[in-house]
Amino acid sequence: MTRIVMFVLGTITALVLLFGYHTSTSGALSTSGVVVQGPAAAGAGQVFTGASADTRWGPVQVRITVDGGKVTDVQVVVYPDENPKDRDINARALPILVREALAAQNADIDVVSGATVTSDGYTRSLQSALDQAGL
Amino acid sequence: MRYVEHVMGFPVSLVLRGRHAADGEGRTAWRRVMTELHEVDRVFSTYRPDSAVSRLGRGEDVDCPPEVAEVLELGARAERESGGAFSIRRPGLDPSGVVKGWAVERAARHLRALPATDFCLSAGGDVTCRTLHPDAPPWRVGVEDPRDPSRIVAVVPLFTGAVATSGTAHRGAHLVDARTGRPPVGLASVTVVADSLTWADIDATAGYALGGDAVSWLRGRRRGGLVVSAEGVVTVV
Repeated sequence: MTRIVMFVLGTITALVLLFGYHTSTSGALSTSGVVVQGPAAAGAGQVFTGASADTRWGPVQVRITVDGGKVTDVQVVVYPDENPKDRDINARALPILVREALAAQNADIDVVSGATVTSDGYTRSLQSALDQAGL
Repeated sequence: MRYVEHVMGFPVSLVLRGRHAADGEGRTAWRRVMTELHEVDRVFSTYRPDSAVSRLGRGEDVDCPPEVAEVLELGARAERESGGAFSIRRPGLDPSGVVKGWAVERAARHLRALPATDFCLSAGGDVTCRTLHPDAPPWRVGVEDPRDPSRIVAVVPLFTGAVATSGTAHRGAHLVDARTGRPPVGLASVTVVADSLTWADIDATAGYALGGDAVSWLRGRRRGGLVVSAEGVVTVV
């Protein structure tokens, strides 16, 4: 059990949130890496909800799912309250979620940004799978 | 509603949500996006000997559309700001490294004209999106693992803005450090998040060309993003 807990905590510390997203119009912003904390009690199931972290837009809270010692899902469960008027003015991004390589079908993504997406490789690509799944 | 078509050698995917996601207006906007990208290809393609850019490259007198000057200026600016690592004249005229992001961002104006409709437009791994609805979740942009394109190394939850990634498999011939003419060493991919896809794409490509200097260069430009080293180490910028 201790080993499992250690592994999970080690995995959680790999989830680094970046709150320093810059826009060309916003000037300098402070950048701070925030490490998501696991639950205080071990054995509380396989879903771990991080502490709420303050960002320039408000609180952000992240929940991860651990299965068989691996992070299988990352969800942002609390998004900042936003001023809708801002939305079309600047690029808006929440913290980038980084984890050990995850199969895309487990990641609940809308789209892929990558260097290998060409028409030649499209039929084998993740983007193709996403497009088909969405049809 | 999702749409997919190919132009310039890459797939273009669109996801719409909201009022015009599944109606004729949404479909018309998508048609306008693709028509415009095909037109850009006719002007800028280096694979077409009769394109304006190919003829310019051969030193011919060409009556160019004003967009050509705009793209050449972008290329010159990118070269200056990357200390020469990024160049559209290497040798000969090849603005491909600027055209894609610029063209897709520009074509996305047809989608921005759709009222109460959110979009996520992806072209060959570069993404621009918009979110209007206050309760809508952000688009989740997966960043491809450069060592295994069936996997992702990160997710960028993005309401409105752009994400571009450059790396080894991306238009290979263009990705050299123009100062040396050689491929950069030490990097697998560079991902940049920015307001516009024009600059996300340019900075991802320039950052990749800069090799080991990518992280410090992007930080100096106050760009957010992700750098994956050749060894697979992920650095959030």
